[in-house]
Amino acid sequence: MNLTACLVLAALVFACGVFGMLRNRHIINILISIELMLNAVMINFIAFAHFRAADPTAGSVFVIFIIALTSAEMAVALAVVIALYRQRHPLDVERMKRLHG
Amino acid sequence: MIPTTLTPGALLLSLTWGIPTLTIVALALLPAARTRLIRWVSLGSALLNLALVAGLIAAWPAHRPPLGAEVPLAFAARIPWFDQPHITYFVGVDGISLLMMLLAALIAVCGVLVSWRVEARAKEFFIYMQVLLAGVFGCFISFDLFTFFLFNEVTLIPTYLLIGIFGTGRKEYCAMKLNLMLFAGSALVLVGLLGLYYASGLHTFDLYALAKVRFPADFQHWAFPALFLGFGVLGALFPFHTWSPDGHSSAPTAISMFLAGVHMKLGGYGCLRVAMFLLPEGAREWMNVFLVLATINIIYGAFIAVKQTDLKYINAYSSVSHCGLVLFGYAALNFLGVRGAVLQMFSHGLLTALIFAVIGMIYSRTHTRQIGELGGLMTRLPFIGVAFTLAALAGLGLPGLSGFVAELNVFLGAFARTPVLNKVCTVIAILSIVVTAVYLLRTINKVLHGPAQAKDEGLKDADLAERAAIVILLAGVIVMGVWPRAVTALIDGSIEPIVEQLAR
Amino acid sequence: MADPATSWAIAHSWLTLALPLAAFLVNGLALGRRAPRAAAAVAVLANFAAAVVALLVARDYFAAAHPAPLLAWSFPWLELPHFAGGLMLGIGCWLDPIAVMMLVLITVISTLVHLYAAGYLRGDPGFGRFFALLPFFAFAMTGLVIAPDLVQLYIFWELVGLASYLLIGFWYTKPAAVEASKKAFIITRFADAFFLIGIVLVATALGTVQFAAVNAPAAGAALAASPVVFGGHSCSLLALAAVLLFAGAWGKSAMFPLHVWLPDAMEGPTPVSSIIHSATMVVAGVYLTARLFPLFAAAGSALFLAETLGAFTALFAAVMACVQTDIKRVLAYSTLSQLGFMMFALGVADPAAPAGYTASMFHVFTHAFFKSMLFLCAGILIHAAHTNDLLGMGGLRRKLPVTHAATLIGCLALAGIWPLSGFFSKDAILASAWTAGRPWIFAVGLATSLLTAFYMARFYLLAFHGASRAAGRDAHAHEDLLMALPVALLAVPSAAAGWFAEKYFAQHMLPPGLHTAEHAAHAPWVPWLALGAAVAGILYAAWRYGRGFIPSAPKNPAVRLAWNRFYVDELWQVFAHWLMFTLVAAPAKWFDSVVIDGSLDASAWVMQKLGAAQRAWQNGLVQRYLAAMLVGLLALWLLGGLAK
Repeated sequence: MNLTACLVLAALVFACGVFGMLRNRHIINILISIELMLNAVMINFIAFAHFRAADPTAGSVFVIFIIALTSAEMAVALAVVIALYRQRHPLDVERMKRLHG
Repeated sequence: MIPTTLTPGALLLSLTWGIPTLTIVALALLPAARTRLIRWVSLGSALLNLALVAGLIAAWPAHRPPLGAEVPLAFAARIPWFDQPHITYFVGVDGISLLMMLLAALIAVCGVLVSWRVEARAKEFFIYMQVLLAGVFGCFISFDLFTFFLFNEVTLIPTYLLIGIFGTGRKEYCAMKLNLMLFAGSALVLVGLLGLYYASGLHTFDLYALAKVRFPADFQHWAFPALFLGFGVLGALFPFHTWSPDGHSSAPTAISMFLAGVHMKLGGYGCLRVAMFLLPEGAREWMNVFLVLATINIIYGAFIAVKQTDLKYINAYSSVSHCGLVLFGYAALNFLGVRGAVLQMFSHGLLTALIFAVIGMIYSRTHTRQIGELGGLMTRLPFIGVAFTLAALAGLGLPGLSGFVAELNVFLGAFARTPVLNKVCTVIAILSIVVTAVYLLRTINKVLHGPAQAKDEGLKDADLAERAAIVILLAGVIVMGVWPRAVTALIDGSIEPIVEQLAR
Repeated sequence: MADPATSWAIAHSWLTLALPLAAFLVNGLALGRRAPRAAAAVAVLANFAAAVVALLVARDYFAAAHPAPLLAWSFPWLELPHFAGGLMLGIGCWLDPIAVMMLVLITVISTLVHLYAAGYLRGDPGFGRFFALLPFFAFAMTGLVIAPDLVQLYIFWELVGLASYLLIGFWYTKPAAVEASKKAFIITRFADAFFLIGIVLVATALGTVQFAAVNAPAAGAALAASPVVFGGHSCSLLALAAVLLFAGAWGKSAMFPLHVWLPDAMEGPTPVSSIIHSATMVVAGVYLTARLFPLFAAAGSALFLAETLGAFTALFAAVMACVQTDIKRVLAYSTLSQLGFMMFALGVADPAAPAGYTASMFHVFTHAFFKSMLFLCAGILIHAAHTNDLLGMGGLRRKLPVTHAATLIGCLALAGIWPLSGFFSKDAILASAWTAGRPWIFAVGLATSLLTAFYMARFYLLAFHGASRAAGRDAHAHEDLLMALPVALLAVPSAAAGWFAEKYFAQHMLPPGLHTAEHAAHAPWVPWLALGAAVAGILYAAWRYGRGFIPSAPKNPAVRLAWNRFYVDELWQVFAHWLMFTLVAAPAKWFDSVVIDGSLDASAWVMQKLGAAQRAWQNGLVQRYLAAMLVGLLALWLLGGLAK
């Protein structure tokens, strides 16, 4: 286990996220893709903290922050999604045009 | 040395826009249903402002600075605001700005009076009107170009809302057109102002500090047209005048009065105060162009007014013609020309407000502004009819009323310039009074004279508020016509330094 | 006898201005609507008081052996700093012989006409308004004649025009009156625009507008010294300025082809026609020409115009007067013709031999009395027969004895029959034309005299003689005391003014700068010839209309042409309308709405389309943004690679 392997893993996860983001229309899938990209970032943080940083706690603190933020973000996003779903709106982002100017 | 603190004089000056601002707060706190109270508060505020301006004018002779003073302003104060960019709250007044403030205060009072019957969304209406007032007064007392510009922009927002919400006809289109063209003018002005700020090397917006700078010729060469055109758009300079007929015609009565009577004058005022005062060489270089444009304004506006059939459009094109006379006076670049232009601003302000007020009164009774559908109103509405007639007569430059005094000064000033172009243009401008007579008399005859129409049976003549508005404006028109020295005594001393600067 | 310098009346001559003004304000603001009869009383009294002051002024002024011009008073009105070293415009009173003469004329006739109008307009809904407007006219006209400078003259000149406009359109519900008032105002305004240009020109070139300075020889020389070159042509500034100034007179005194407004102005109430459109206002043009006579004489151009236009208008209008049937129009054309007389008399005068000048002023004086009286008589006739049409009158001499006598005096005076006033003034004019060496002008004058005698006799015969053609409308014809009195009073000067004033005019009503007149060689046969022409005209009219008269439509094409006023009105209408509306205003409006507004809207449209094109990118779809970002990154990376 070395730094390169970790970075390659993170890049792969990030690429999966980007691909998922581009490929999917369903909003839940898009949210999952965003989550994947964020996770890739977190892997990078942990990897650099572990292999390079003088004080590894700094990296862990950032990761914990990101986890807290993403969970809050997801909570809000999913609440919106559920609200949309209850109003029988399709969850296809290309067809969500009600707020267009 | 000009004080850098808020002296009592400067406080009084600031109150001219402070009172409208406080009124906005007061109106905002009132419940919208209490329209009566809202009207009275607005009227009280306008009257208070008028009293304040009258007081300032009364105090002017005692407080006017000596001739040749570096800053020829009374009640001046220069309070630092921002260090970087260097902006001050620099207020003061001279005769010209006092005259313009008097005009604004008079029309404000009359505007509230003729809006006495506005019921729908009255609270918003009067609030926007006060914003407009605050902006205009702020402009006239500002001698820091940044605050001048700022107050000028403040006036545009309520204008849009007032026309867009309370207007008639194609109001959205007209409101948009007016605002876009005026913003375009402002953009040009802003470019010019920033140019002044940097090219002076002083990094200041202080008008009188900039006045001491001799700007390089190549700077004046482009900055003068930018500033003059920018302000000229607001002054309805040909060919950037088309916002004014549309905008003024679709605005509600009081706002037409205020826009054509006062707001447009900010353009003429800016041309004189900023463009010509700071860039005299540019003025001399470019004046022939603007002379020709202003001449076109005069004759062209008059001819188009001949063909119009909507009363408001007739008056709006007449305004284009008469505002052309303001710029025409400037183009003389001499004392009489500039004085005539300032007199014309005051005279036209009163007149056009009066005519718009009368048109509004006719419209609110007959529900039409088409001259073909009107007739014989003198029989039904004698008071309004006489007011309309007098306003039209003043508009066509009848001696004894205000228009003649202004025209005489402008024509004598313009003709005194040596170049043949000036003389030819003056001749054309003088001949335009015939066209003016044609469209004004045609309007008067069609609307007021002839047999009374049966459908106008039972129309009520002007009520007390309307009469008060008419009398106030007419009094101004007559006083200026009969006793012009009352007005020239106020402004002459303040035109002197500007003309000296022009000759520099 | 008072010395002009210490005279009470001259020091208080501002009363002649202030009293009518006060009557105007009081009646206009307060009395006119609520108490019309009181308004009439106020107006008559104010004018009467003004007339008394004016007569006192005349007595004191003419007490001097050689009355010199003097400035009785003046108030500053507006100063023009930095203009020719600072010019002060004021409202003042400049008295010289012709000003005093006009002052008397205006105030006296105005008083009588006010009195007459109180009877004439009895029961009219606008009664009170009339007695506000007529004093306003008196005020404006007084201000005009006493003006010491061009600007004051112009100010009151315009006010007089306004008064005329308002009074022609007095019956503002009547479309014809409204049209006529507009026409009068616009045509005179057209002339006045040139007048104003002339004033501006003179003020700029000389730095003064005072008549005393403008008329000084130095002023003429200064103007003559500066040529105007324009487009390869050059003329002297003096000639140009004189013509421009004369343009004012051209319009106001209704010289051809600007005469068309005057006959139409008869739509106003008859008292208005009497004072404004015959006796006083329309002679303002003649007065202006006399006022600026030294300047015009130095220029030549203006006097040449006055001479030719005057002579032509005199004959032209007389021809039209011969066939008119509207009683007031006959008089209107006769006024035009007489204005032509006054004008060409001024034109033939020159400072060395000012006989034409004095004769012209003399004719202004006599004409005012008999013409205003004739109009007042016409008003009584109209009331009696309930028509303006001469063909609908006839046989009124028994019912209206005072009017009959007065009209007879007036007609004979106008025809120029000895010893009535018109004879003397007309004879003086004809003699001046002959002695000035203008045989053609003289011939035109003589022919006009003949025509004048003819149409006045026709007027008199058709109205008073023969059988009544009124078909019973004149059953209640009577003379109102208020109306008959002014007529009777005016008959006195109409008959006698010539007899006693002839010498005085010839010796004292001289152009400024001249103190004594040399007696020009007078051709003794001229009065006889003039009298002969007048008698011939009358005899022809008597032969034509004396024995019973049957009205019929004119068949002779020449008569029809004259009856249709030579179609000048129509030409004007077509020309002015076409020029103003079709040729200029319509294209201007098209240009404004299509070109200027169109280009504006077009630029707005382009902006909108550009914005719409941009919108495709700003669609809010995060996925597309992401794709664009990736493509962009890739492109940057590739570019970066290439750059290396």
